[in-house]
Amino acid sequence: MAKHRGRGVATINYPIGMNLGGDPSQALVHSNPTGKFTVALSSIDLGQGMKSVTRQICAETLGVPVEDVYVDTADSDTGPHCMGSFASRGTHRVGNAVMVAAREARAVMMEAAAEELEVDPGDLETDGKGSIRVKGAPHRSISVRDVAIAAQFRQGKTISGRGIFLVPLSDVDPETGEMSPATCYAHACLIAEVEVDDETGDVAVLKMTSAYEIGRALNPRLVEQQLVGGAWMGMSHALYETPEPYYPDPREGPRDFNEYLMPGPGDICPHDIVVLERPAPDGPYGAKGPGEMCANPVLPAVANAIFNAVGVRINDLPITPEKVLRALKTRSGAQPARAR
Amino acid sequence: MLEFRKDIFADERDDNLHEIGQPTQRQDMLGHVTGTSPYYDDHRFGNLLHLKILRSPHAHARIRSIDDSAAARAPGVKRIIRAADVPVNLNTLLSLIQFGKDDEPSLAADVVRYKGEPILGIVATSERAALEAMALVRISYDQLPAVFDVEEALKPGAPSVNATYPKNTFEYYNKYDHQKLRYGDVEAGFAQADVVFEDRYQMSPIEHAPTETNGSIAVPDTNGRFIVYTSTQALFFSLDTSAKINAVPSNQLHFIGGTVGGGFGGKVDTLTEPLSILAARLVGAPVRYRFSRHEEMQFGSPRGGERIYVKDGIMRDGRIIARSVRAYFDSGAYTRLSSYAVVKCAAHIPGPYTIPNVSGDVYCVFTNRTPATAMRGFGVTALDFALECQMDKGATAIGMDPLEYRILNAYRDGDMKAHRREAKNTALIECAQVAAEKANWPLREEFRRMSSRKGEGTARPGIAPDRSRAPAVPAPARAPAAAPQRISYERPTPAALPPRPAPPAPPPRSAPLPPATAPAGSTHGAPRFSSVFGTRRR
Repeated sequence: MAKHRGRGVATINYPIGMNLGGDPSQALVHSNPTGKFTVALSSIDLGQGMKSVTRQICAETLGVPVEDVYVDTADSDTGPHCMGSFASRGTHRVGNAVMVAAREARAVMMEAAAEELEVDPGDLETDGKGSIRVKGAPHRSISVRDVAIAAQFRQGKTISGRGIFLVPLSDVDPETGEMSPATCYAHACLIAEVEVDDETGDVAVLKMTSAYEIGRALNPRLVEQQLVGGAWMGMSHALYETPEPYYPDPREGPRDFNEYLMPGPGDICPHDIVVLERPAPDGPYGAKGPGEMCANPVLPAVANAIFNAVGVRINDLPITPEKVLRALKTRSGAQPARAR
Repeated sequence: MLEFRKDIFADERDDNLHEIGQPTQRQDMLGHVTGTSPYYDDHRFGNLLHLKILRSPHAHARIRSIDDSAAARAPGVKRIIRAADVPVNLNTLLSLIQFGKDDEPSLAADVVRYKGEPILGIVATSERAALEAMALVRISYDQLPAVFDVEEALKPGAPSVNATYPKNTFEYYNKYDHQKLRYGDVEAGFAQADVVFEDRYQMSPIEHAPTETNGSIAVPDTNGRFIVYTSTQALFFSLDTSAKINAVPSNQLHFIGGTVGGGFGGKVDTLTEPLSILAARLVGAPVRYRFSRHEEMQFGSPRGGERIYVKDGIMRDGRIIARSVRAYFDSGAYTRLSSYAVVKCAAHIPGPYTIPNVSGDVYCVFTNRTPATAMRGFGVTALDFALECQMDKGATAIGMDPLEYRILNAYRDGDMKAHRREAKNTALIECAQVAAEKANWPLREEFRRMSSRKGEGTARPGIAPDRSRAPAVPAPARAPAAAPQRISYERPTPAALPPRPAPPAPPPRSAPLPPATAPAGSTHGAPRFSSVFGTRRR
């Protein structure tokens, strides 16, 4: 009786946005009279950071500090249509819509600034700190606040913009499945290290190491929370959870968290993540979206690591101690593969 | 710990940005950590009423009679809502995008098709009063045979689950009972392969397990409008679905979402809003309908349990030359969104690998269980599990390192995918190389030097120009003689393809940065980031 260690790997990609497209999102951006901007969305922030990501995109595109942008979400009277927060589409679809709206608002802002400074709008640039200046002559500048006041009260201009992003709906060939499912894909490789107890069948995940290519990490903190949280969900899916423990027999479903097994804080393992950025040609600043994919590689990597540790293949999830023990019994005990 | 490899693909990026890439604190953080971010259930109303749903105890039964007279007279009960009260009592979620037929009632009228299916709503002054009244309802059923296994459901003579789709499969293109994918000649590929093996993979259903269960509060507003506070993940999706079921103009509904206490795909289905709105319309007062934890776990849609068969044909040198996938999505009693996931799954076959002969058959199957729905990785998670376990077995079968086997077969820029679109912007090989380096997983030199990009790195090795062993690809798709070391597939002639929509203009870019100074294959000097430890340089 012993504990055996093993490593397993999985490599995956993930399509961004609703399959086949046809899932638009809109955004409205406008300035108040003192140069602070509001982004109006009907999109939903589920905790993934929709507000924060669109805020950074809007600030970057307008050329103003992020503190000068506030994102208002989830109101059908004030926010224009959005398909919803699913299918890893928030950053890509909504982010693009915000970018389009912010570009339109920026163009008005630069025109208004040009009128105040009596120069051509093409000669102006934003400094990202709240001012607009003449290229090559930074002493000739005006604050975004003064531009907004002038636009509103003197020039009669609305510093605002509308944006929509739509990947046109693809047809599907019924015979061959020919289709355009997505315009860009994120990528990942994850290596899981496990320890399998051949006496109890218990599997502990000791460590994960992963590389994720996500186009552009718009906010590294939000990326980290997604990748770490998603890996936990994947580990839970692989080893613990199900509302139907005897599936497809529907008996004995859990009714609450006392009966529904999930890993606790003590079961969480160290996870080293490396992020790669290959910008998507149609992503906002190249971003794709790490939301859904980060649970996916964990499931097979854990299953493959169990094989590496004790030589059994479990093809049915979740990989419970009972399944591991039965498989070991069939094989007359653990047969570790070559150590990795 | 999170770190970046900015040296990779540096020539494709403009890193000269102000706000993008900054670890800015989230806009709503202060509200979250001080407990003041508003959830739908944080809105308070003095005259709030509560809706509870009587659910079927049987997986499949005909409703013979319902006697709710005692419940209607019970203390605190304001209204019983029956199937006949629902203006449009048949809907399918994707009818908003013209996909599928209406197949699911809000309240079952004559037949219940899964254990937990809603039959009757009770509106009362408290949840307790509603539940006590529910115990007084008498329903008699004729039980019907039920089917729970996806492959059993497809056999002749299996109980018919869904009246709209009596053969227990969703209908694709008014023509097929499943989604097909066909590329190359998969049987010829198996015939030529050195090793052919097949396996069966069974996913488990999963509960989304959000901290906040599904729910909504519908409040009569002035001028005949209703304000709806909701936990939805998709505001207009839920609004339009609710407007359809209630047969009211969409601008009579004002949906307000907000902070959502965990979604993961389980708050797209609009499970509560149509009935809370209907109840508020019928009683003229604010009505809350929220799932108990038990309802969330057993009757809120779970991730379905897919069953997947994968068959691979591989060569001793490591190339996969044929892969066929047969997958069954357990949709439960109604469609909800599983029909969509089936197409997404077909598009994902054969995974991120370039394989010349591929076939896929993916079914959306109806069984007598709680309807399944979207969950993180919808349509893809299950297939990734099956394919990546299969990849491991393939590598073992020919004695190859499993990571090198993946790198060898990884799709690259310019490769043709099985759904007949060119692969672009790929990065699977680089992810594998970086993860291997980070985890000290040994890779041979030629695998460390491969690249996803055209004309870079080493070509795929080990492919002897043995014509008798050539991949079984249709005649016009022969590998060009100029590139014997690279499996390459000519694309279908442009005439055979539908016009491709022009890609949106790329974001503006300034001059590319000079190449990063860090030598390839080393993380030395790579900026590292952790929200715990902040950014630092190693």
